[in-house]
Amino acid sequence: MPQGAASNLLFQGSDWNFETLARTYDAIEKIGIDELGLDVYPNQLEIISSEQMLDAYSSVGMPLMYQHWSFGKRFVFEDHLYRKGRRGLAYELVINSNPCITYLMEENTMAMQALVTAHAAFGHNHFFKNNYLFRQWTDASAILNYMDFAKKYIAKCEERHGTAAVESILDSAHALMDQGVFRYRRPPRLSSEKERERMRERLEYEEQTYSDLWRTLPPSSENSDPSEVERDVTERKKALNLPEENLLYFLEKTSLILEPWQREILRIVRVIAQYFYPQRQTKVMNEGCATYVHYTIMNRLFDRGQISEGAMLEILQSHTNVVFQPAFDDPRFPGLNPYALGFAMMQEIERICVDPTPEDRDWFPEIAGTGNWRETLLDAWANHRDESFVLQYLSPSLIRKFRLFLLTDEADDNYCEVASIHNERGYEAIRTALARSYDIGANQPDIQVMDVDLLGDRHLRLQHNVKNGVLLDEDSRDDTLRHVRHLWGYDVSIAGVDSETGETLYECTTADLSGE
Amino acid sequence: MPNFIDRRLNPKDKSLGNRQRFLKRAREELKRVIKERVKSGKIADVDAEHNVSMPARGVSEPSFQPDRHSGEKQYVLPGNREFAPGDRLPKKGGGGGARGAGAGTGKSEDDFQFVLSREEVLDLFFEDLELPDMVKLNLKESVAFKRRRAGFTASGSPTNINVGRTMRNSFGRRIALRRPSRREVEKLAGEIAKLEAAPGAQTKNKQRLEEMRQTLDKLERRRRRIAYVDPVDIRFNRFEPQPLPNASAVMFCLMDVSASMGEREKDLAKRFFVLLHLFLKRRYERIDIVFIRHTDEAGEVDENTFFYSKQSGGTIVSTALEEMLRVIRERYPAREWNIYAAQASDGENISGDSERCASLLQDELMRLCQYYAYVEIIDERETEIFGTTDNGTSLWRAYRTVDDEWPNFQMTRIAKPADIYPVFRKLFGKQQTVQLHK
Repeated sequence: MPQGAASNLLFQGSDWNFETLARTYDAIEKIGIDELGLDVYPNQLEIISSEQMLDAYSSVGMPLMYQHWSFGKRFVFEDHLYRKGRRGLAYELVINSNPCITYLMEENTMAMQALVTAHAAFGHNHFFKNNYLFRQWTDASAILNYMDFAKKYIAKCEERHGTAAVESILDSAHALMDQGVFRYRRPPRLSSEKERERMRERLEYEEQTYSDLWRTLPPSSENSDPSEVERDVTERKKALNLPEENLLYFLEKTSLILEPWQREILRIVRVIAQYFYPQRQTKVMNEGCATYVHYTIMNRLFDRGQISEGAMLEILQSHTNVVFQPAFDDPRFPGLNPYALGFAMMQEIERICVDPTPEDRDWFPEIAGTGNWRETLLDAWANHRDESFVLQYLSPSLIRKFRLFLLTDEADDNYCEVASIHNERGYEAIRTALARSYDIGANQPDIQVMDVDLLGDRHLRLQHNVKNGVLLDEDSRDDTLRHVRHLWGYDVSIAGVDSETGETLYECTTADLSGE
Repeated sequence: MPNFIDRRLNPKDKSLGNRQRFLKRAREELKRVIKERVKSGKIADVDAEHNVSMPARGVSEPSFQPDRHSGEKQYVLPGNREFAPGDRLPKKGGGGGARGAGAGTGKSEDDFQFVLSREEVLDLFFEDLELPDMVKLNLKESVAFKRRRAGFTASGSPTNINVGRTMRNSFGRRIALRRPSRREVEKLAGEIAKLEAAPGAQTKNKQRLEEMRQTLDKLERRRRRIAYVDPVDIRFNRFEPQPLPNASAVMFCLMDVSASMGEREKDLAKRFFVLLHLFLKRRYERIDIVFIRHTDEAGEVDENTFFYSKQSGGTIVSTALEEMLRVIRERYPAREWNIYAAQASDGENISGDSERCASLLQDELMRLCQYYAYVEIIDERETEIFGTTDNGTSLWRAYRTVDDEWPNFQMTRIAKPADIYPVFRKLFGKQQTVQLHK
């Protein structure tokens, strides 16, 4: 409760100052922790200007980032849209770190600051801290340190080897970012600052004391072991841990032409790709959670008379904008809005727990009518990603509400066919298809390193496992392949193999590409 | 209690370095595009606003992407109103994948466009011509200006007051500040007068009268305080100088297209013509371009044929001059048109014809032309031999005689893009004297 204020209101009017920010934060925290049972990292709220906001999200939202022209390109692009009024700025930006950093824009009204605080500092923050993917795959306490290291390291490389040389490695590494994550096995933890420092010193020492003369020594008996030369393919693959899905990792460890600093750059790009991987898998849940949290908290504050009707109206208006879902034939249709879907699903969960219909009892026997909406939600937030969340919780009534339908599209057909609609027979199919569409593993091209003859022509063979006949876009495929070749140093080829029939659909090698 | 940090005073433009890197990269790309345009586009196109789209080599960020036009896909979409299972929807754009369907998932970010202004295009265009900046400025500069209406401004000279706009502002302000209208005041005054006039009512309505007087007083004070027209209401017409080209000109491009004029020669000639066109465009409102090419016979052709057709044959240069003369007589009377001509050739000519060319120029053409430039395109190896001497082809020697006599005739040899400029410097020198004569 605000002390000394005549009314119960946390703030009046649209201006904000640090005192009102803090007072509002405390009120939000009280509801978030006590009533919703959220569990968050300590919060750090930073006030920035709109230009700084543009800066921040042109460098993939990290407060610390190395320099690269592609971030400038993104800035020019965003800036262009923003100035033309075609796109508004995000009101907030939040970083998965400990402490959790939330950016508040100075231009926001106090009502918006309250909304953003609830949304980001509690909704996203809780999700980051508790969702199993983030817990397993990212290290919130180390990321800022790591980014600091990365930025300095790359700046040092530029100083030593020239901007162009660093840039060309970064370009190639960025092209493979999507193929730079471990999907199935857990990546090693980020080593501590001290360890990295030691490794770097060692590397530098080696570089300094390197003498070309050593190269002329006769090969040691171990290396010339004839059995090694004669190793058959399977053994060779085993030694290299093939097939390998993480292209960047493979290149970093195996490429014969990269220098140590280049390997370190690949590693940096890989670490960043890995760090963002869970975010890409949990877009619906993450935004849904944050939206649900801000909506609930703001309504509670209003019920308790702590925010005025005017402020509530403003909050509801931006809330409505955020969860707006145009229909598929609307010119504004950009795809399914993750905010809208996530938020609606979480509200559904609450409704099913508290006030289920017979249909809900059929579909969700475990949670319907238990009244445990809070625990159910906390559990869902902690233990699901988009795919499994949709598969488990998308309810028939929501399918009807969104009027979802399933369309199948075959490339050589001039028509799309409506496979299922929002009726009794369609629910399962729509739910399964929607869930699958959020499975990054299934939707991104599955490309693996299959084989390489290190002692022969060093030709690197990639395999693209083609699912449902979806091939690669040829122009970008060839360009990307050139980047792989750049990092590998020898010819690279890719073969598309149908994952069902095992038939080879296409083959392409850098030897045939022009421009190399 | 959370930790609040005010970052507003931190240095902004954190991505300035990134942006510079990007623009540097983009610039390379733009240069390439401009060069391409000069090569393949129309001469007049160089001098226009350009949209240059950038999904180009230097600034694209490729990655492995699924091909949107292959395989079997499924989409879940919201907002079904009329469909039943089994309905078939035609795909739009001839198999371009259903729009709407997955349209949000495509990557369209790469295709953003740069719009280059004329100046930026010219800068890029001039970059490898090695013109000194002074000349660049001169080319970009317009000579005469006309004042053109361009909106309103809050300051200006009294002659430019826009009454309509001013009164609209004043009206708006009066409404906003609730300035009492005259009718209101008069009505009140009338009522007071009526009350005062009523016999014996003085005492009865005393209090009411007093109130009304006070209101009237307040209204009048309010009227005085809120001006009818306040200085802040005043708007002035704003004028903007607009470059004003002055007359019309025609530019004759004469080119030898015999076998010896290869790709390189034509490219050089084209660049020269582009430059000439750019220059003339600054000075003339309307400018026509006439393309005449010749082998052993000459003809007027369109631009495309001029640069890209592969006609070939012997060489008789004088045919082109005769053709030019014919066109001038038919369509461009010298009284109304400023006539410019540029001739590009490798200097080879049938024997005896060069003298005829010279006399054609001497007797007829030079009197009609503002300016005549002859550009001889030679091999780079030949520059060392011919660069400074008067020796050379028969055409060159014959033209020397014209050059001596006519100040508005210029001739130069060029072998590479950078050589084009010296010809131009002469052109500028001439232009100034010609203008003085007028």
